[in-house]
Amino acid sequence: MTPMRSSAEPTGGIPTQAPGRLRAVTIVAHLTFIEARRRRILAAALLFGAAFVVLFGIGLHFMARDIRANAPPAQQAMFLNLVTLTALYAANFLIVMTSVLVTIDTLAGEIGSGVIETLCTKPVSRAAVGLGKWLGCWLTFVLYALVLCGGVLAVARLVGGSTPPNAGRGILLILLEGTVLLTLALVGGTRLSSLANGVTVFGLYGLAFVGGWMEQIGTMVGNASARYIGITASLLVPSESLWQLAAYQMQPPIARDVQIGPFLTASVPSPAMVGWAIGYVLVALVVASHLFRTRDL
Amino acid sequence: MLRPARGTASRFSRWRSRSSRRMVEAPPALEARSLSKQFGAKVAVRELSLTLPRGEVFGFLGPNGAGKTTSMKMLLGLVRPTSGEGRLLGEPLGAARGRARVGYLPEHFAFHEWLEGRELLRFHARLLGVPTRGLDAGVEERLRRVNLADAATRRVREYSKGMKQRLGLAQALLGEPELVFLDEPTSGLDPLGRRLVRDVIRELRQRGTSVFLNSHLLSEVEVTCDRVAFVKGGRVVRDMRLGAEERDLEVEMRLERTTATLVADLARFGHDVRVEGDRVRMGVSGEETLPEITRWLASQGVGLYHLGARRPSLEEIFLEVVADDADAVLG
Repeated sequence: MTPMRSSAEPTGGIPTQAPGRLRAVTIVAHLTFIEARRRRILAAALLFGAAFVVLFGIGLHFMARDIRANAPPAQQAMFLNLVTLTALYAANFLIVMTSVLVTIDTLAGEIGSGVIETLCTKPVSRAAVGLGKWLGCWLTFVLYALVLCGGVLAVARLVGGSTPPNAGRGILLILLEGTVLLTLALVGGTRLSSLANGVTVFGLYGLAFVGGWMEQIGTMVGNASARYIGITASLLVPSESLWQLAAYQMQPPIARDVQIGPFLTASVPSPAMVGWAIGYVLVALVVASHLFRTRDL
Repeated sequence: MLRPARGTASRFSRWRSRSSRRMVEAPPALEARSLSKQFGAKVAVRELSLTLPRGEVFGFLGPNGAGKTTSMKMLLGLVRPTSGEGRLLGEPLGAARGRARVGYLPEHFAFHEWLEGRELLRFHARLLGVPTRGLDAGVEERLRRVNLADAATRRVREYSKGMKQRLGLAQALLGEPELVFLDEPTSGLDPLGRRLVRDVIRELRQRGTSVFLNSHLLSEVEVTCDRVAFVKGGRVVRDMRLGAEERDLEVEMRLERTTATLVADLARFGHDVRVEGDRVRMGVSGEETLPEITRWLASQGVGLYHLGARRPSLEEIFLEVVADDADAVLG
């Protein structure tokens, strides 16, 4: 057995100085990203994301061939946009699920297993640990979302020959929607077990989903109460309204004007909702930091 | 040839003098004043007060559920005390500057099992703030010290329980800590592993590093610790040094007659005087008390048929201290 050297000898790693907050965040974020890779979360997400894009491409190929043969150019454009938006709607749902799934266990799991103890006895703040985990999960989610949305848009362009209007803005709104839910999963993970956290965040997503549709239907039928309840739900969890804003942005102007199709937006969420969502994420991060800092481990 | 500038020697002397004074005045490794922790109605730790001087190996003993791990977690800033205060290496509990100089091996040791052993130590060294230059050398040295150099590139999930425990020990030694907390460090280890832990603790003591040890293996504690405290029901009930010369003797006598007055009078020579059958037992501070007792008994005209003295083992003391705890479990 090799005895340790005396402290007077130049061993590696002494003296230590607590890493700065930014350095600590990047160390933890890097570890969290490696975790997604090593535990094959990233590989599974990308594999099935790629399968989704390929399937969409094959379907679009056959649909585009038929529609080009049978419909006038204006209808072709409308139809291809509708198909692309449908694919993006499905992609949005997968992105929402993935943003929550990659995050629900990151704090809750390590608190439950005790892994967090050796992290939080290092000279780094719990806020830095939480923020690092958020950043690592966010990078994983963004990579997945870009592959999925980028794949759908690339297929729409290459196979269908069209790109939805304001596609970049729409993708950013989808990313913001996922970021909202991912951050909620981090907040829940500071106090709840992984399973309870997942149930809670998906429950909140469900509330936002129902609220979003209540707002649309309430507007269409002129029911102010339903509309206000929907808006309130959207303020509490602004995920669905961000998708509706994204869908509105990516529809052709004529579809917006005549209010046709499954993605009709009777009550267009205010652009201020974007500012609200960004503020919501920042406040949620502060709340997560506080809840994590003040809990016993 | 470079010559020292005028006054360099005196400046150096002053620096050395200040430095020595700092060494002398260095705050204790650990101070706790009336630390308490309550979970709902349950009091886990009650008024814990203790001081751990620099370089001391301290054993924290008690039955399961006595509050040992909660105490350790409070000192490390993982659990917030309900009341009381403490300092770690002179810094308030939970302060990053204190934690930078502390190593910790938790009881239920769990790590990121998808990392390789070497990667895991590098990650912890970076979090600890170990400078990049020399980080790898420090990690390799710890891996060799715990005999895991050959397994450094294996994923932690492939490690045996003992290997994980040794990796945890290596993690606790990163960054040259001034105080190391070890919570049941020998659990899951074979005799060779236990010896490794014992040797590491000895080396830490030689370097002047303080060690706070939670353990149920009293034989290990007996050979490694300078001082122990017994905790029961969340409260420290006895604090004693473990040097043979400093531990009280247990005296056993068989006398011609035993009266209440005699027993009361014997108390002047020691403590815990009690009659058990035809024997009188008591604790005394040292061997020099034995002739004093025999002379006093003779002066009282009491015949002494048998007198024996021995130092009780730590296990005996432990059992005596936790005697009324039905659930006291050793090992």
